[in-house]
Amino acid sequence: MSTILEVKDLFTKFYTLDGVVNAVNGVSFDLQEGETLAIVGESGSGKSVTMMSLLGLIPMPPGKIENGEALFTTAEGTRDLLQMSVDELRDIRGGQIGFVFQDPISTLNPILTIGEQISETLTRHMGMNKEEARERTVSLLGNVGIADPELRYKAYPFQFSGGMRQRVVIAIAIACTPKIIIADEPTTALDVTVQAQIVDLFKRLREDLGVAIIWITHDLGVVAGIADRVLVMYGGRPVEIAAVDELYENPQHPYTLGLLGALPRLDSRESRRLVSIRGAPPDLLLPLRHCPFAWRCDYAFDRCWEEIPPLFTVAVRHQSACFYDLEKGGPRDV
Amino acid sequence: MATKEKTQTADSMLDVEQTFRDRLAYMGRFLWRDRSGVIGLLMFLIVVFAAVFAPLIAPFEPLEQNLRAAKMPPAWDAEGSWEHALGTDNLGRDLLSRLIYGARVSLTVGFFGVLIAAGLGMIFGAIAGYVGGRVDTFIMAVVNLVLSLPYLLFVVVIASILGRSLINVILIFGITDAPIFARVTRGEVLRMRESGYVESAISAGAGTGRIIFDHIMPNLIGPLLTLATFEMSRMIFYEAGLGFLGLSVPPSVPSWGNMLEAGRKYLTSYPWIALWPGLAIMWTSLGMNLLGDWLRDVLDPRLRRARR
Amino acid sequence: MQRYFLFKAGQSILLLLGVLVLVFFLVRVTGDPARLMMPREASAEAVEAFREEMGYNRPLLVQFGDYFVGVLTGDFGRSLHFKSSALDLVLQRLPATVQLAATAILFAIIVGVPLGLVGGFNPGSVVDSVGRFLALLGQSIPNFWLGLLLMLFFAVRLGWLPSFGRDEWRSVILPAFVLGLPTMGQLVRLTRSAVLEVRGEDFVRTAKSKGLLPGTIYTKHVLRNVAIPLVSVIGVQFGYMLGGSIIIETVFAWPGIGQLLEQAIGWRDYPLVMAIAVFTSLAVLGINLLTDVAYAVIDPRIRYGH
Repeated sequence: MSTILEVKDLFTKFYTLDGVVNAVNGVSFDLQEGETLAIVGESGSGKSVTMMSLLGLIPMPPGKIENGEALFTTAEGTRDLLQMSVDELRDIRGGQIGFVFQDPISTLNPILTIGEQISETLTRHMGMNKEEARERTVSLLGNVGIADPELRYKAYPFQFSGGMRQRVVIAIAIACTPKIIIADEPTTALDVTVQAQIVDLFKRLREDLGVAIIWITHDLGVVAGIADRVLVMYGGRPVEIAAVDELYENPQHPYTLGLLGALPRLDSRESRRLVSIRGAPPDLLLPLRHCPFAWRCDYAFDRCWEEIPPLFTVAVRHQSACFYDLEKGGPRDV
Repeated sequence: MATKEKTQTADSMLDVEQTFRDRLAYMGRFLWRDRSGVIGLLMFLIVVFAAVFAPLIAPFEPLEQNLRAAKMPPAWDAEGSWEHALGTDNLGRDLLSRLIYGARVSLTVGFFGVLIAAGLGMIFGAIAGYVGGRVDTFIMAVVNLVLSLPYLLFVVVIASILGRSLINVILIFGITDAPIFARVTRGEVLRMRESGYVESAISAGAGTGRIIFDHIMPNLIGPLLTLATFEMSRMIFYEAGLGFLGLSVPPSVPSWGNMLEAGRKYLTSYPWIALWPGLAIMWTSLGMNLLGDWLRDVLDPRLRRARR
Repeated sequence: MQRYFLFKAGQSILLLLGVLVLVFFLVRVTGDPARLMMPREASAEAVEAFREEMGYNRPLLVQFGDYFVGVLTGDFGRSLHFKSSALDLVLQRLPATVQLAATAILFAIIVGVPLGLVGGFNPGSVVDSVGRFLALLGQSIPNFWLGLLLMLFFAVRLGWLPSFGRDEWRSVILPAFVLGLPTMGQLVRLTRSAVLEVRGEDFVRTAKSKGLLPGTIYTKHVLRNVAIPLVSVIGVQFGYMLGGSIIIETVFAWPGIGQLLEQAIGWRDYPLVMAIAVFTSLAVLGINLLTDVAYAVIDPRIRYGH
């Protein structure tokens, strides 16, 4: 497997009337071909902003990408997304990198037919004419599980249910056979039963197309079902990266522990109280001087307040940004 | 064994501080934003002041005629004098005084007109929204009827039938404008009903009266206050229009509309009579529009974007 | 779509009925329509004779029935002053008012919408500030007063434009400008806020994430959605101009329906006044119906009963 995306030291800030919001503070990760990477975190952890920054989709007057590299590797070679011009980025968006967003009703234009909204990516990126685009759109609709695709081509978003709309959005994302799909909370706005169906759809498409997926969510339950690796973010920084099984069995960062502890589980024997993490999310207006999680951490000690913990390798392909060594039960020897 | 990964970022990256200048600039922007609202309020208050204190600040009685001083131009003209700073009309009445007293008519029409319109509108709109069903359909049918008619035309026709009087004008505006208040009120009441807010009050045991007064009314004040400001401005404008056509208050009464009516006759020879009332109306409208815009921004629920 | 149209047409017919009832009773609201229409000095016998002649002594329902049937067959009454069919008089004046209103709304659209668009796409720019300032002025200046001043300046003092009447092509400039000014202001603001709102919508973000070209995003996604409220307001304002031109037509002695109305009121020719009221309402209802249809064409949610 080869690396198709490598992000290094991404910093994104928003210069607002209230001050500077430090949304992304030094994020690095890599994505392998065909792999599904889940990015997990609370609201405000910077997970969405990170991905949006890569493709220039954040509003640039208040927003600014201060630093970083995003090496995207395709058959044509490797390029840094953050150095590309807007025109070049436009070619990649919707073409080699597809998007699925959270709320399907607002994601789709209410006054255009869904067929039109899918076809326009095809005409734009694949150079198809109207007829070809129409044919391919109909087959895509069938592919994502929409019945009567010929008829539904001319339908409008408000005529679909939530789950069906999300299928349409997924059809748009895969239309030009992208290398990566960035899915930002794709199931959060859906009913639980529909969620399962959509996750299954993603799995099937992943198998058929070999596409890599970056799945952004705050829901660790969904992650277990689909991810290969997980990146946990907090306060705009990565705090733990590991393969999914490794993360669930051997979490090393106190925040991850807290997240897992807060998960209700069907298989727990006694009834136990859900453990919530005390405290509140960090104020991103303040400059980052120490571990962002220190306020809420049960294991924080003096060093946590003086430096920002970098990512330490704690096991094979498993990193955690914490000065406290959970296994040892004391500060890490570094 | 743990190894430390080096982050290549300079520490300065993580170190963006807000300078004092930034904070000052932020506050300045805030005040600048509200500046137009404050200006609008001041402009409006000046008119209110003129209306309330008219007897004290007007140099002459508005009805006092002085035929020897008729049609005098304003003070800066060769034939003018500072005694009649803005000139006099065809009957020698001081224009400045009539202008000041005219504010009384305009504000009275605007204020009471809106009071009646808002009162009627709120009642019917709330009933329509809260009760629903046939009552709602009927009320909204009437509302839609009135709102789809050519407003000015009907106001003119009704005014001509009823005759020239202050009460008539107030009643006409009050009743014809009630539908728009009714529609807005109904919309708000429906929104509140759907938000479950009212449902929880009911399930907590609140009676209908209590719900209306403690829960619904306070939420109506915001949008209705904004609407009232704009509608009052409109009424002042229409009073002038009616007056211009000779359908507003009786001719001797100093109103801006009447002044325009008189001014039209003498426009080419002596434009001053027509000039001042128009400026007064423009001033008042401008002030109230600015005020209304500001109110709308401020009272806008956080549903929409923040005021930034 | 047909269902929607039929529904709206049905509504319009009901509204028209309401208008007829309203107008019918308006003239009788003082209790004695004959007194209203006769000069003040008229003797009691003259008034009674008039009452007989006009049939005001008959039961109200009969009078209304007559009136209603009359309207349906094209008889809107007879003008007391001209002693001829009121409808004919109105139709004669109609083209002038249509010309005035059409010119005014065109002016408002051509100046207002582009200013609003620029303002919405470049908020805070110089053009935006100028546009918003002009919009505020346009909506705050009493337009008929401005008309008087402009007439004084351009026609009387400078002689560039005719001061009254409809004799040459230049005659329509001042009245149309002044009539359209408040609507222009309204359109600037409406367009601007619509553009800002649509630009912030999620589906615009989606369009960008698809890598669509800016031109496509603007025309297909943004502008089409902006058009929705615009169409509605423009239609309503056009109807409003048709029905509310009385003051402007009076100022400029423009020979349209508005001027006829003003004259009719002066003559106490209430049959004519009623005819004008009914006809104008009919026209406005028709325009509203057309606007509803246009609205449904642009926004599919409306025609499918959302």
